[in-house]
Amino acid sequence: MPGTAFDATIDRGGPDTVIELHGDVNRAAQEGLARAYDEAEGGPGRLLLDFVDVDYINSTGIALIVGVLARARAEGRDVGAFGLTEHYRELFQITRLSDFMTIYDDQRAAVAAGS
Amino acid sequence: MQLRRRQKTETTEEIPEVDPVTATSMESQATIPVDDPLHAYLVSVASPVEIADLDLESETLETIRESGVEVVIPLIGQGDLMGALYLGGRLSDQPYSTDDRKLLSSLAAQVAPAMQVAQLVREQQAEAKERERIQQELQVAALIQQTLLPKDLPQRIGWSVDAFYRPARSVGGDFYDFIDLDDGRLGVTIGDVTDKGVPAALVMATCRSMLRAAASRHDTPGAVLAEVNDTLVEEIPPAMFVTCLYAIIDTRSGSMTIANAGHNLPYIRTENGVVELRATGMPLGLMVEMPYEERSFTFEDGDVMVLTSDGITEAHSPAGEMYGFGRLLGRVAAPVTDGDMVGAVVQDVENHTGPDAEQEDDITLVVVRRTASAEEAAEVFDSAFDVLATFTVPSEEGNERLAIDQMASAVGGLGLEEARLERLKTAVGETVMNAIEHGNEYQANLDVGVLVEASDQSIRVKVSDHGVDNDIDDAVTPDLEAKLAGEQNPRGWGLFLIGEMVDEVNTISDNGLHTVELVMNREGGR
Repeated sequence: MPGTAFDATIDRGGPDTVIELHGDVNRAAQEGLARAYDEAEGGPGRLLLDFVDVDYINSTGIALIVGVLARARAEGRDVGAFGLTEHYRELFQITRLSDFMTIYDDQRAAVAAGS
Repeated sequence: MQLRRRQKTETTEEIPEVDPVTATSMESQATIPVDDPLHAYLVSVASPVEIADLDLESETLETIRESGVEVVIPLIGQGDLMGALYLGGRLSDQPYSTDDRKLLSSLAAQVAPAMQVAQLVREQQAEAKERERIQQELQVAALIQQTLLPKDLPQRIGWSVDAFYRPARSVGGDFYDFIDLDDGRLGVTIGDVTDKGVPAALVMATCRSMLRAAASRHDTPGAVLAEVNDTLVEEIPPAMFVTCLYAIIDTRSGSMTIANAGHNLPYIRTENGVVELRATGMPLGLMVEMPYEERSFTFEDGDVMVLTSDGITEAHSPAGEMYGFGRLLGRVAAPVTDGDMVGAVVQDVENHTGPDAEQEDDITLVVVRRTASAEEAAEVFDSAFDVLATFTVPSEEGNERLAIDQMASAVGGLGLEEARLERLKTAVGETVMNAIEHGNEYQANLDVGVLVEASDQSIRVKVSDHGVDNDIDDAVTPDLEAKLAGEQNPRGWGLFLIGEMVDEVNTISDNGLHTVELVMNREGGR
């Protein structure tokens, strides 16, 4: 399939739990993202989504992120995101995702906001 | 004005200060009313008068005498009594000599004109200050108006649009505007605020913004004017209102609908004579919940619509006769040189008012002409686009990425701004995904066709699939709250995103193909 295959790694070493996303966030990312969330569940602090290594998000990917937000809300856990390109920041605003998660410029800003 | 010599005292040669209370009371009592016989007498003699033996029935005369005045010297300017000098007795107790009187007389003769000049200078200074204030106010009003009137005329294939605006010296509240609407429609508005100067300019600015905002919310001109009216009633100063005409022209089909809030009627010259499009409606800002009637018209090739402000119809000739609707109608109906309707009407009004007449009110004129039929315009419209790329992608998951990359490389040389390119990429990706998933239902033997074209103004991407019956519903704004609460499918973002990313989305079903056309303006727009 064209594009970059999705993968996610979890960093629970800091005050917050970070899901590092790699590759395309589209339908093919569904399983990987669900698994990553399972792993992140119960981790420390807020849930931070790291988009530094993501350069494609489509409408199905948006739906997956809505799913992550819904799960975090059920857990009563705050969600943040960083590393989005200008375009995807705009997309998160248009879709109002940014009303339900805090968008930071980079990881440093995200961590600083939590401490 | 009164001038008094200090009174001598019996006991000393020194001149004491006059008690201010006494002076004030004397001042008020010694004013010579115009109807007092002394007034007329002083004007008639126009020279120093010894009042001791003067026999007049005058209260003022008595008052002056009692306060010790002996001689009154009238100050006459252009036959009017401007003031008087009151003199008491001489310090030497001697009567005033002939020489004294001559001296006083010639002094009075010089004081009066000097006073007159001083008075004139003061008046002129005040006038100049007032003129400067008015001038500054007019400059502000003119600046507001010039800033808000359109800088460019709309360029539409198959149409020519022309406009003229000339403010009166006092700057009225005329305005006109062109509003780009979706689906090739053009909003045209012309209006006039009662009153002049800064207040009119401010109301004009407010009204223009309200019209633009309402135009983006409503599809019909009547609804636009009704909304502006209801909002304006709250904002507008008392005794002010706005006449305004709003027309929505479909530049593709040539059809137009207008609503009119008490503005001059539009005249449309057709092959069969001039059509007056009469739609009734109250001026804006007077009363809430006013209905605005709508009238429609379809332009044929060569039809010309002329919109005017009352500065044209109410321009007077030197004999005081108004230019009027009859003359305007005649001028619109008559042939014009080089198609210059604006020039022809303005010239006709100037012929009527005469060369030296000062313009009484703002003159505003908007002329819209259909220059080509719908078919011709469509051909020109199509030929104005260059094909940049055509390609197909098989209907397999993820192939929208191929389409995005090929489209991006096709438009790479156009210098499209980065943010705009990213939006187009997302729109094309989502459209191709829909075609793969819903149109061709993942049947790998069915291709999705993509055509990328560009004109000077815009980029057009057509995405075709084989799902003729698979009509795409109108994009709706997904409800994120409901999705988060699990009450709505988390998906359903595609059409919404497409609509948000580009300037225009059209769908066409033909020849067994379903085509979605995405239009992205190369500049301006979204």
